[in-house]
Amino acid sequence: MMLTCKEASRLVSQGLDRKLGFGQRVALRVHLAICDGCTNFRNQVAFLRRAVKQLDSKNS
Amino acid sequence: MSEFRARVEGERAYLLRYAALQLRDTAAAEDAVQETLLAALAGEAGFAGRSNLRTWLTGILKHKIVDAIRRMSRESPLPAEEELDALFDATGHWIEAPRAWPDPDASLTQKQFFAVLEDCLAKLPAKTSQAFMMREHMGFETTDICKELAVTPTHCWVLLHRARLALRLCLEMNWFGNK
Repeated sequence: MMLTCKEASRLVSQGLDRKLGFGQRVALRVHLAICDGCTNFRNQVAFLRRAVKQLDSKNS
Repeated sequence: MSEFRARVEGERAYLLRYAALQLRDTAAAEDAVQETLLAALAGEAGFAGRSNLRTWLTGILKHKIVDAIRRMSRESPLPAEEELDALFDATGHWIEAPRAWPDPDASLTQKQFFAVLEDCLAKLPAKTSQAFMMREHMGFETTDICKELAVTPTHCWVLLHRARLALRLCLEMNWFGNK
C-alpha cells in the first residue's frame, strides 16, 4: 500500500495516540524513508510533545 | 490574612493564565481557579511538607479544569468538522512540505519561545486546543479524552492531528522560519 503525505501525516499523528496496526507501521516506515516532508513532520510533532510538557514550568 | 492564605492568593494570577490557556473561556477559568483556591485553603494540611506551592496548586487546578471541560462538553455541540485539505493538494501531497527545524530543542531554554507557543495554542479552536492540552500537557490517554469531550475516538484523533498540523505551521511561521 502506498500512502499519500496526507495519509502518512495522519498516521504519524495517530501513532502518538494509539498503537498502529502492523500494516500501517510498515506502510508508514516505507513512506518516511522516501519523504523528507513527512519525516520533518514526525520530528516536529515529537518536539511539540516535549515543548508542551514544559509549558507551565518555563512560562511563569 | 494568614501567611498561607496570602501565599495562595499570590498564585492566583499564574493559575488564571494557566486555566485560561487550557479552557479558552475566561469565566470558566475564573471559576476553576476560585474552586482551586478554596480547596487549597480548606486543605492546607495536604500541603504540609511539600516544597512547591505552585506545583501543588496546579495539581488541584488540573482536576478542576477537567471538571470544567466535562461540563462544557455537555453543553456545547461539536463544531462542524473542517477539513485539513488546505494543506494538501488533490493527490494528497503537501502543498508546502514541512522543512527541517535546526536544533529545535535549543528553543526549550528560551522564554520567548514559550510565549510564541502559547500564542499559537490560543489560535486553535477551543475544543481542538482542549483535546491537545489534555493529551500532550496533562498526559491523558486518548480514550479518556474522548470520554471527557464526549466525542468518538476517530473525532478525537482528528482533533489531535489538526492541532499538531496547525501548531507546527504556526511555529514555523512565527518562530523557526524567522531564525
